[in-house]
Amino acid sequence: MIALSDYLILGAILFSLSVTGIFLNRKNVIILLMCVELMLLAVNMNFIAFSHFHGDTAGQVFVFFILTVAAAEAAIGLAILVVLFRNTRTINVEDLDTLKG
Amino acid sequence: MQFDTSMLIPVLPEIFILTAACVILVVDLFLKEEQRVISYGLTQISLLLAVVITLITSPGETRIIFDGSVVRDGMSDLLKIAIFIISAGAFLYAKDYLRDRDLFKGEYYVLGLFAVLGMMVMVSANSFLTVYLGLELLALSLYALVAFNRDSAESSEAAMKYFVLGALASGMLLYGISMIYGATGSIGFQAIGEGLANPDVNKMVLVFGLVFVVIGLAFKFGAVPFHMWVPDVYQGAPTAVVTFLGSTPKIAAFALAMRMLVDGLGGLHADWQYMLVILAILSMGLGNVFAIAQGNIKRMLAYSTISHVGFILIGILAGTTKGYTAAMFYSIVYAAMALGAFGIVILLSRRGFEAENLDDFKGLNERSPWFAAMMLLVMFSMAGVPPTVGFFAKMFVLEAVISIDMTWLALVGVFFSIIGAFYYLRIVKLMYFDKPLDNSPLEAGIDTRIALSVNGLSMLALGLFPAGLLSLCAAALS
Repeated sequence: MIALSDYLILGAILFSLSVTGIFLNRKNVIILLMCVELMLLAVNMNFIAFSHFHGDTAGQVFVFFILTVAAAEAAIGLAILVVLFRNTRTINVEDLDTLKG
Repeated sequence: MQFDTSMLIPVLPEIFILTAACVILVVDLFLKEEQRVISYGLTQISLLLAVVITLITSPGETRIIFDGSVVRDGMSDLLKIAIFIISAGAFLYAKDYLRDRDLFKGEYYVLGLFAVLGMMVMVSANSFLTVYLGLELLALSLYALVAFNRDSAESSEAAMKYFVLGALASGMLLYGISMIYGATGSIGFQAIGEGLANPDVNKMVLVFGLVFVVIGLAFKFGAVPFHMWVPDVYQGAPTAVVTFLGSTPKIAAFALAMRMLVDGLGGLHADWQYMLVILAILSMGLGNVFAIAQGNIKRMLAYSTISHVGFILIGILAGTTKGYTAAMFYSIVYAAMALGAFGIVILLSRRGFEAENLDDFKGLNERSPWFAAMMLLVMFSMAGVPPTVGFFAKMFVLEAVISIDMTWLALVGVFFSIIGAFYYLRIVKLMYFDKPLDNSPLEAGIDTRIALSVNGLSMLALGLFPAGLLSLCAAALS
């Protein structure tokens, strides 16, 4: 029997991995987008676990909405990435430094 | 629960804006380049009609519909009307700017209307699911708008930064929501409020979730230490977009805080109050100090936004009706001030020239005494100089924290706004006491000139008679 806490720990590990990925990654913007997706999936894991534990479907409904929004978000993120690459010929995170002050 | 069509009447404004956005999207396909102004006209008419519909369908009492997902109350009506009017102003200022830069496309208005719809959903939300959907609809539209100038490397860089940090914020918010769902077993605000009163509820999980919710909220507000996207986005995005992005979403962010922290997690007031105190002090301090060092007006206004967010947070953390009223007043007034400030930046720009540096404001009084006076009013209002409305906005907020015996916080606020006055007054000095660098005439159309005059004078008018708007805010919250 897998306990609720096991799911929550898995969700927390996935979530921390994705946040670490966003802050440590200095090379590639695509990895940032992957980390963002991973973060939403970690949240989904939490919602499903709680939903099952409470015997309440609201959490599962929420997960469907998160998945839909994540798809839209990925589409917009990749579109911005394409525009960025056309303008700067690079997707290196370190090169995104023209705006500062 | 039985469905009947009368249930749709409270959400008629949302349905109307959604339909209008879809209609404009299709109509725009059939328009030639020189007829683009029709899309613009339709957008403005839609916003105007939305104000009328909101007023007509106003139920006069709190109505909760769709199984507790959506609420229609006084606060949602007032904030929606403010959002419509200020968005209409932003679209009006944007028109000439977009046309001069060959960006006059229908997509700007469609994305703008979807962003307005997202804000409406947020303002009316009564469960975490609705809040999240409204927030994402707003955020996704804004990401696309920031990248609107496809050939600008700066815009696309700003859009990428905004996107990554915005998505991170949504992730944080969702993680917090999942914890609160886990602790209370519900995502509706009323049910969560009842769940909090239950003594068996796991307080640790709740507070853990609350921390993440507040972090997500701070990101969306642009409060320190989660402000790093604000200056870059303001500087990189086209000014026409910043005018919209810098004004109305602050009203929506206020509504977001009210719905989540007050309606939903009001039982944890003692816990989130101290988190907001930290955010507010850091925002006021860092925002005002960093703004002094900026030579780019858009970046300066970005740091000024951060400091104003600190004041809005002070009003919310007071936790009394007086505090909420003051914060609501502040957020509406701030949106109007930001609209005016960016309107003037647009006014000074023209084809092939962006008035982005403080030096571009030099000698504005010689070029156009009237608009220098309007900018003076807006800057005085942002600095909080009486008799402009910014003074009363700050005063009401500080009164609210003094009345809960947090006088020290009010003193901190006053201290930092004195520091802040320096950079607002520096613009006034540049306009009135320096020689202009270029003497080219201002080429704004008559509609922009009238709107800017109304916008500037409203700072003075609301300052002379603040009771009207304040009593509207107070009535909306009672």
